Amino acid sequence: MTVADVINCQELVELVTDYLEGALSPADLRRFEEHLATCGKCTEYLAQLQATIRVTGTLTPDDLTPEAETALLEVFRAFHRGTSSP
Amino acid sequence: MDPDDAKLVAALRAGDEDAFRRLVDEWHSMMLRVAQIFVPSRAVAEDVVQETWLRVLGALDRFEGRSSLRTWVFRILVNTAKTRAQREGRVIPFSALNDPGRVPEPAVDADRFLGPDDERYPGHWSSPPRHLPEEELLAAETRERIAAAIEELPATQRAVISLRDIAGWSAEEVRNALDLSEVNQRVLLHRARAKVRRALEEYLSPEDS
Repeated sequence: MTVADVINCQELVELVTDYLEGALSPADLRRFEEHLATCGKCTEYLAQLQATIRVTGTLTPDDLTPEAETALLEVFRAFHRGTSSP
Repeated sequence: MDPDDAKLVAALRAGDEDAFRRLVDEWHSMMLRVAQIFVPSRAVAEDVVQETWLRVLGALDRFEGRSSLRTWVFRILVNTAKTRAQREGRVIPFSALNDPGRVPEPAVDADRFLGPDDERYPGHWSSPPRHLPEEELLAAETRERIAAAIEELPATQRAVISLRDIAGWSAEEVRNALDLSEVNQRVLLHRARAKVRRALEEYLSPEDS
């Protein structure tokens, strides 16, 4: 994404993911960091997004229900019954 | 082929139920979320995952290890889900995967910034991010809120944020498994994370407080 020489807060929040993914061009990275250096509000926004990622990372995937596990094991067994016959 | 994948393939071919159960435990929730991009109903998605495993088992001899076993399984899942969606006459939301940027969706509501006509600070915060108390971030209730916010996302955004931020996949593996461009993977992740942050802010620091 190309942005004007100076970016404002509304533009910065749209670049945060590109920034965290290392996908900003060198010029955009410079504008991004220059803005952050003087803007506590955007620094706070970035910190909140990083906190969001951190908390999301502590979630555990939902447990497999016993019904789903039974059904899948049945698929596995049926497959092997079908292929293991002489 | 990756040595761990080679062991897994051998175990699956030999009918090793423990190995199969471990994979299912680890992948099932993510497989459901990916299937639900194409078939929103939980019941149909469960069905698609079963059919996927059947196809995977039948095709194991043809797995060459050019991608990880996980990516390969998820690609079969995506194909199975697409076929199922077509069979059910569903219009596959290709656009959601291939063109998520078509409909603009700001990370932060425009009304939290000064308008473009503002004389001094156009586009600067008028209602800045509200403080989030650090000590409440990891509380069980906060985490439940975050899980609920992810649950409410559009299915493609939900799948991408779940794979990246819950399951810890790399951007590249998500792109390969879901057949997404680099840009689209980022757009989907960006929107998902922005909405989850918003939910966090609304929960931990409501506007009227």
